Amino acid sequence: MIPAPFDYQRASSVDEAVGLLAEHGDEAKLLAGGHSLLPLMKLRLAQPAVLVDIGGIGDLSFVSDGPDGTVRIGALTRHHDLAGSDLLRDQVPLLAEVAGQIGDPQVRHRGTIGGSIAHGDPASDLPAALLALRATLVVRGPGGEREIAADDFFTGFLETALAPDEVLTEVRVPAVPGAGWAFEKFNRRAQDWAIVGVAAVLTDGATGPGVGLVNMGSLPLRAAGVEEALRSGAAVADAAARADEGTEPPNDLNASPEYRRHLARVLVRRALEAAGG
Amino acid sequence: MTATETSPAGASAGAFGQRLLRKEDARLLTGEGRFVDDLQIPGALWMAMVRSPFAHARIRSIDTGAAAAMPGVRAVLTGADLAGAWAAPMPCAWPVTDDMKAPDHFPVAQGKACYVGDIVAVVVAESRYQAADAVDAVVVDYDPLDPVVDLEDAAGDRVVIHDGLGTNRSYTWTLSPDPEAVDRAFADATHTVSERYVQQRLIPVAMEPRGVVAIPAPHGGELTVYSATQIPHILKVMIAATCAVPEHKVRVIAPAVGGGFGSKLDVYAEELIAVAVARRLGVPTRWTEGRSENAVATIQGRGQIQHMELAADAEGKVTAVRANLTADMGAYLQLATPGIPLLGAFLYHGVYDVPAYHFECTGVFTNLTPTDAYRGAGRPEATYALERAMDALARAVGVDGAEIRRRNYIAPDKFPYESIAGLTYDSGNYEPTLDRALELVGYDDLRAEQRRRREAGETRHLGIGLATYVEMCGLAPSRVLASLNYGAGGWEAATVRVLPTGTVQVVSGTSPHGQGHETTWAQIVADRLGIDPDAIEVLHSDTAISPIGLDTYGSRSLPVGGVAVAMATDEVIAKARTIAAHQLECAEDDLELVDGELRVRGTPAKAMTLQAVAMEAFTAHNLPDGVDPNLTAQVTYDPPNFVFPFGTHVAVVEVDEDTGRVELLDYAAVDDCGPQVNPMIVEGQLHGGIVQGAAQALWEEAVYDDDGNLRNPSLIDYCVPSAAEVPNIKLDHTVTPSPTNALGVKGIGEAGTIGSAPTVINAIVDALSPLGITDIAMPATPERVWAAIRDARSTQSGTGEGAS
Repeated sequence: MIPAPFDYQRASSVDEAVGLLAEHGDEAKLLAGGHSLLPLMKLRLAQPAVLVDIGGIGDLSFVSDGPDGTVRIGALTRHHDLAGSDLLRDQVPLLAEVAGQIGDPQVRHRGTIGGSIAHGDPASDLPAALLALRATLVVRGPGGEREIAADDFFTGFLETALAPDEVLTEVRVPAVPGAGWAFEKFNRRAQDWAIVGVAAVLTDGATGPGVGLVNMGSLPLRAAGVEEALRSGAAVADAAARADEGTEPPNDLNASPEYRRHLARVLVRRALEAAGG
Repeated sequence: MTATETSPAGASAGAFGQRLLRKEDARLLTGEGRFVDDLQIPGALWMAMVRSPFAHARIRSIDTGAAAAMPGVRAVLTGADLAGAWAAPMPCAWPVTDDMKAPDHFPVAQGKACYVGDIVAVVVAESRYQAADAVDAVVVDYDPLDPVVDLEDAAGDRVVIHDGLGTNRSYTWTLSPDPEAVDRAFADATHTVSERYVQQRLIPVAMEPRGVVAIPAPHGGELTVYSATQIPHILKVMIAATCAVPEHKVRVIAPAVGGGFGSKLDVYAEELIAVAVARRLGVPTRWTEGRSENAVATIQGRGQIQHMELAADAEGKVTAVRANLTADMGAYLQLATPGIPLLGAFLYHGVYDVPAYHFECTGVFTNLTPTDAYRGAGRPEATYALERAMDALARAVGVDGAEIRRRNYIAPDKFPYESIAGLTYDSGNYEPTLDRALELVGYDDLRAEQRRRREAGETRHLGIGLATYVEMCGLAPSRVLASLNYGAGGWEAATVRVLPTGTVQVVSGTSPHGQGHETTWAQIVADRLGIDPDAIEVLHSDTAISPIGLDTYGSRSLPVGGVAVAMATDEVIAKARTIAAHQLECAEDDLELVDGELRVRGTPAKAMTLQAVAMEAFTAHNLPDGVDPNLTAQVTYDPPNFVFPFGTHVAVVEVDEDTGRVELLDYAAVDDCGPQVNPMIVEGQLHGGIVQGAAQALWEEAVYDDDGNLRNPSLIDYCVPSAAEVPNIKLDHTVTPSPTNALGVKGIGEAGTIGSAPTVINAIVDALSPLGITDIAMPATPERVWAAIRDARSTQSGTGEGAS
């Protein structure tokens, strides 16, 4: 539990963080809440030469109304603050609920939405929720700011569309007040990662229903078959039967791929029923 | 009956039986308690262990050059470098049979590594970080050998781990008073049950991992060792024996210790290496275990395959028990490894009046972390096999699980009960604990609800499981230990000193690491002396302060150590009477001890406080002839028998057929440990113990791959449950005092764990029995349960049978 040696730099602004990333390249990792990175470092599975601590950048922690019907969330907003946000509870209740079920109180008080998303862990809950909600991610690099749709953000196992010198600064989520939603998280202990999780939101908008899957492949996934079935008016049970389409669930101590596929079908059905589909 | 009624002192009752808040908690909760890793030791060097990544490998060579050249590194030592430091191999104190095979086990492997985690070299550096960094620079050339991971494979000697032994079978130990009677009973039986159970390996996961500091005095020869251990006294002896340090020069201190569950009831390589390195380099040397290191380097618990057979007559009355065990020793024998399964050897008929009995256990080496004591040590395994088999018998006979138990309990008028296994159960009355436990959960209503769900074809299955246990604890009568070849006695020592100003010091040979002895011992003494528990300080766990003792394990502290404290208190009172009678010019018998004062009966004005007596003893100006000038007594108590706490637990579970998830809906436990000194502490022991046993049933297992690698060495994957996973536990108790000790008390530290694993699994099997399911392996993970249901359903549809 002793990490390998590393240098530590503290950034006081996003621009400074971008500059430090540009300077150190692949050698550097951003440190926000540290709840994904530090355990990997203690196990020496990650050995970055430089840690760039962005935890002190004050203006990246917020939940606010956007001008375009979105809710805007600063990347350094902690899970605890998401879970307790009245605005989120009102406009995007799914996200508040998901944040409130991450890990344990210590994790929720340290971990940040940006850190969780940028880590790109398919076993994390927030990426699946953002896929279901069709969120947009705002990143800043040496060339300025760009927006990436959640669908395009996750590119592989622990890999994202973030360039090595880019910082995720903001998450924009379409407000869906009144839409049916549900989050089904299946695990053995309350604080564990989901063995399988399902985030569902039933909107009437152009995009239609959104269903995100946790831990059903090497990257966070959308249950495309389920969404398609729902859009074409299929019954919940029939839609849920397609939950594992296109997935490649992992095999680990908690579950075989076969069991995960089964769980996905059961949990999607339960989520859709709970969401009122 | 209460303990104060048994008290020969006749002091005013008070502190005994009170729910006193723990004296220990203020300092522990505020961070004032100092654990080994908290100690500031100027100039101490840090050790890090180079551990074998192979379960079985010859060590061709070790190149320490690069590591030795790294910043801050003072030494890199191999098994060969340290070979001269050992006067003897690491101790196994329990050679269970005369022909038991035991490999030499040295703190640093010599020539061969026998499990993943076996220490092959030691890095010593100026900081913990430098030591950790240099570990990766030690180059070990291994010749990997075929590992032996599966217990039955190991028993077959396909690959022999220890070349000199010629076999992996360490011993076979048999308890079979009349084998023909057993055979006859099975031949004549109406019902028989034959079951195979697997006790998976468990990682004890004390909240504080291990740690050690060895501080040498190079010119005086003294050695002070701080260790996160349950056994400072035993460790002192063993350091002297293995490291050739004169015992009178060794002081061992167990500072604040954060739990053990048996895992710190051992003499570990790292402790001895710290001593050897500290003496060689002449400077303090320390080591703190990491959490994942703890998973492979600290002993594990359980690890058995059990073949359990019952013979019974037409009514389900058990006529014989036959238990055959294969027990996983791991790679080496630690302090008590071979004896652990045998602590259950006498209890495979448990609370039932059984006339014929056969027990046999073969201990087998594997290329895995050594096993040793883990909460309950042998008795949870015995209770599990028996209580699972009793449910199987109930199904065979066609009666309810509660009824099969009622038909077999030892009747209350049979105590003290001479068991077929050769024990004398001190006291017991089992059926009232069953009645009360069933009442606490509302048993009849639950059965009705279960029927309703089954008839409605619901997929959330309700299950009710129960188990009645008895255990032997309070280790132990020294002569009985001798008959088991155990290498030490089982007595305990206590000293009680009334200081000249009236406050009291109690010195105990027990070594608490979470049990709250500072509180309960004070309650015992306060109750007898009639004074405030806050006027009493309990000293322990430092061999310079408490030189005589045998430490804390096996639910022994109260029924042995606590009884010694009570007896020493009574001797102090007797001495105070002598002095006070002399001062007050009355007969000793005329004095009564009330509220800390010795009063002449009928003349209450004529009295002396204990403080005044203590001051008289201290000044020694006017003592009776032959009375030593102190108000102190020391007692060493060797118990005449074990104590036999018992109880009945009931679990209510709901099994979700769609996911296989088992939810623990309700849990009731009615335990009997005799009179309770502090019911709050008893309840704490039960809460923790019950959850620890339920964890074996539902969550925990050390999972190894075929190469002998532990697949879940962190708490991410090793599923220790939290409060969120368990319901509020309903507790009640009966009080059946032990007639064998002055307080009537029995141990309670392990009872919860002993009762709960079979209770929970019985509940799951009960829920699923309409599907034809009779067994679920531990831990009953959601996937295992789901797969069992799926397989049962496909069998049913294949044969066209209905669900119930």
